[in-house]
Amino acid sequence: MEPLLAMKGITKRYPGVLALNGVDFTLQAGEVNCLVGENGAGKSTLIKVLSGAVIRDAGSVRIEGNGVDLASPADAQRLGIGVIYQDFKLVPALSVAENILLGTEPVVGRTPFIDRKGMDEKASAALALLGEEIDTRSPVGRLSVAKQQMVEIAKALSRNVRILAMDEPTAPLTERETANLFKVIRSLKARGVGIIYISHRLEEIFEVGDRVTVLRDGTFVHACAITEIDRRGLIRKMVGRELENEYPRVTLRRGTEILRIEDLSSDRVSHVSLTLFRGEILGLAGLVGAGRSELARLVFGADRRTGGRIILDGKEIAPESPHEAIREGIGLLTEDRNRYGLIMQMSIRENITLSSLRAMLTGPFLDRRKEETAARKLSDDLRIKAPGTDVIVENLSGGNRQKVVLARWLNTQARVLIFDEPTAGIDVGVKYEIYTLINRLAGEGIGVIVISSDLPELLGICHRVAVMCDGELTGIVEGTEATQETVMTYAHKNRR
Amino acid sequence: MTSERITRKLSGEFGIGIAFILEFALFAFASPYFFTPDNLLNVSLQASITAIIAAGMTFVILTGGIDLSVGSLVAFAGIAATSLLKTGLPPAAGFAVAILTGLAIGALSGAFAGFCVTRFHIAPFIVTLATMTIWRGAAFVWTDGRPVWELPEGFAFLGTGRILAVPVPTIIMVLTFLASHVILTRTRFGRYVYAVGGNIEAARLAGIRTGRVLLKVYVLSGTLAALSGILLASRMNSGQPNAGVAYELDVIAAVVVGGTSLSGGAGSIVGTFIGAMLIAVLRNGLNLLNVNSYVQQVIVGVVILLAVMLDQLRRKRS
Repeated sequence: MEPLLAMKGITKRYPGVLALNGVDFTLQAGEVNCLVGENGAGKSTLIKVLSGAVIRDAGSVRIEGNGVDLASPADAQRLGIGVIYQDFKLVPALSVAENILLGTEPVVGRTPFIDRKGMDEKASAALALLGEEIDTRSPVGRLSVAKQQMVEIAKALSRNVRILAMDEPTAPLTERETANLFKVIRSLKARGVGIIYISHRLEEIFEVGDRVTVLRDGTFVHACAITEIDRRGLIRKMVGRELENEYPRVTLRRGTEILRIEDLSSDRVSHVSLTLFRGEILGLAGLVGAGRSELARLVFGADRRTGGRIILDGKEIAPESPHEAIREGIGLLTEDRNRYGLIMQMSIRENITLSSLRAMLTGPFLDRRKEETAARKLSDDLRIKAPGTDVIVENLSGGNRQKVVLARWLNTQARVLIFDEPTAGIDVGVKYEIYTLINRLAGEGIGVIVISSDLPELLGICHRVAVMCDGELTGIVEGTEATQETVMTYAHKNRR
Repeated sequence: MTSERITRKLSGEFGIGIAFILEFALFAFASPYFFTPDNLLNVSLQASITAIIAAGMTFVILTGGIDLSVGSLVAFAGIAATSLLKTGLPPAAGFAVAILTGLAIGALSGAFAGFCVTRFHIAPFIVTLATMTIWRGAAFVWTDGRPVWELPEGFAFLGTGRILAVPVPTIIMVLTFLASHVILTRTRFGRYVYAVGGNIEAARLAGIRTGRVLLKVYVLSGTLAALSGILLASRMNSGQPNAGVAYELDVIAAVVVGGTSLSGGAGSIVGTFIGAMLIAVLRNGLNLLNVNSYVQQVIVGVVILLAVMLDQLRRKRS
């Protein structure tokens, strides 16, 4: 039988980059084929080719044996191809039903008027297929991220989607929501939909996948049934070499106290007290929404504090803004580097020196040579892959972008560095580099706090793990005693 | 200088630069009078008033904002300065007081707009739409709708005088652009302007005091608008309450034609200079060719559209 989708020899060239080089990809009806590879491997480009957003330079695409053109997103939609992007393509102000049926609204008879009742029915029907009950009249902007994702899937279903690609669908979801998503994926499979699943979380691939296709540097590397490969083997295929360990060995040289917070509170954080030592890597665990990022932002002066004290190196500080926090020697690598970290139109150099321009002056003027020296040194040191420091960060891959933000903080005189989800959406090889760097910083006597939703990661690299739940600190676990179970117990402590 | 840096520089103002040179060549060919020192200095004089404002506007637009109040400020600062000239102070002191007060009004107006934008989070469009209306009204209230005439000897020098044959406003314009270019490309403030326009939240979290940056760009824009207003009053040798009507649109056109993005974060002072000159040369050339002034309006509009379209195409390709 012809496969549902057969892409052969897909090639796409951008100026200076061969994004896809003769890639093959096959998808059967009712299967989940996981597309994996490091950042820049070509996963997103392949999906864009499939969705008609990008036109391939060479190669053929067949659906059930028939060659198709895919010259535009409309083409792809007509053929039953749907994509759930990381940033949803929903209109927040429109209702659930209006979003699901956007562009395909039913009308009353032959009039131009929209049949509102028919719309609600159709939308409810699409949601029912997912086992979801969402008020079809409420604006999408008021729904949780997980519900919005369901609306996106329902939208695809209402268009009779046969091939559904999902790009990192679980990144914004909690554990429970992820479980629900997997349930939905299984029911879609049962209906004969072919699913292309992209994720950096390898556990998920083994949980939900039937087959796995590995890309590396724009070329096809490997495809097999998920049962024929293990985690280690998969990483080897992705990275192209053997990774000794996923986490570097950490040796604690805990020094004296560097940061102490007492009874720190805001509208999202309540009465948190915590001590951080020089040379220590302290993990901050908890479920999404537990208040970890909010705690970090409080210490960094980015949000308003309602109570409590921050003592840095024995001296009480009261940062009212990130500017003041940085001057005191606190740095925060925010979550979502694209939204809160980088200035996209600026070069690598300009992004790196942004928080330390005072040191780049000669007289009142910025000294390009000083900037270049600093940026060059850091980008060599962190192995940022780019032809020069003048490259605009928008043109960098996720891992390299993260390194640019890292470099910015290394260029400040930070004594305490907080990393919020430093490895989110970053491939295995670069993750290891970032862990090594965090280790090195701790070794130099900096106090490090790492926030991560990847629990094995936290346990792998931290000396201690503090756990939060509903804005409160519910427990602190020493590294030697820390297990996923103990941490999760604390993470759910306040939950019913 | 790496090749990447050169291409980046060129791509910024390259297209508009080529368009400007083409336009220049076209008029030089079509009119024998166009390419004479007299005419070119004349063009620069005509361009100077709006170009000076455009330098300030570039900063504002780079942060993703807009300043609609500049045209009204031209009138109000002109009225304020000319009125103060008639208080009977000795000339030197009188001139200083008049000019400094005019500039201070511009700065204060900008500070007020910046304050509303940063503290109350009102959209710059709305805030400056309000100040635009306020200053225009105030100019008419102050003068009862009549021009301020009979100014002391010597004031006209600012707007009509020449130093070594070069008009004074032209000199002031060139100095303004040189200073603006240096500020934007060589100082921390300039870098912060780009950062705030590129991503204000990321800029704040990188430790930039974004409120201050915004406040400063509106102060700069207001001050330069007031400077232009004083030059214009001097040139007309009177304070006119209806001076500078719709200047904000000419100014924004110059900035946008110069390749600065209305959404902020990208653009340059060099681009704005070329943009302002391109429009001024166009008007001048069409005048020399005796094109009817109504038709001129249509042509200027079309050229603005074409320039921005070309810029969009270039952006898309890169």
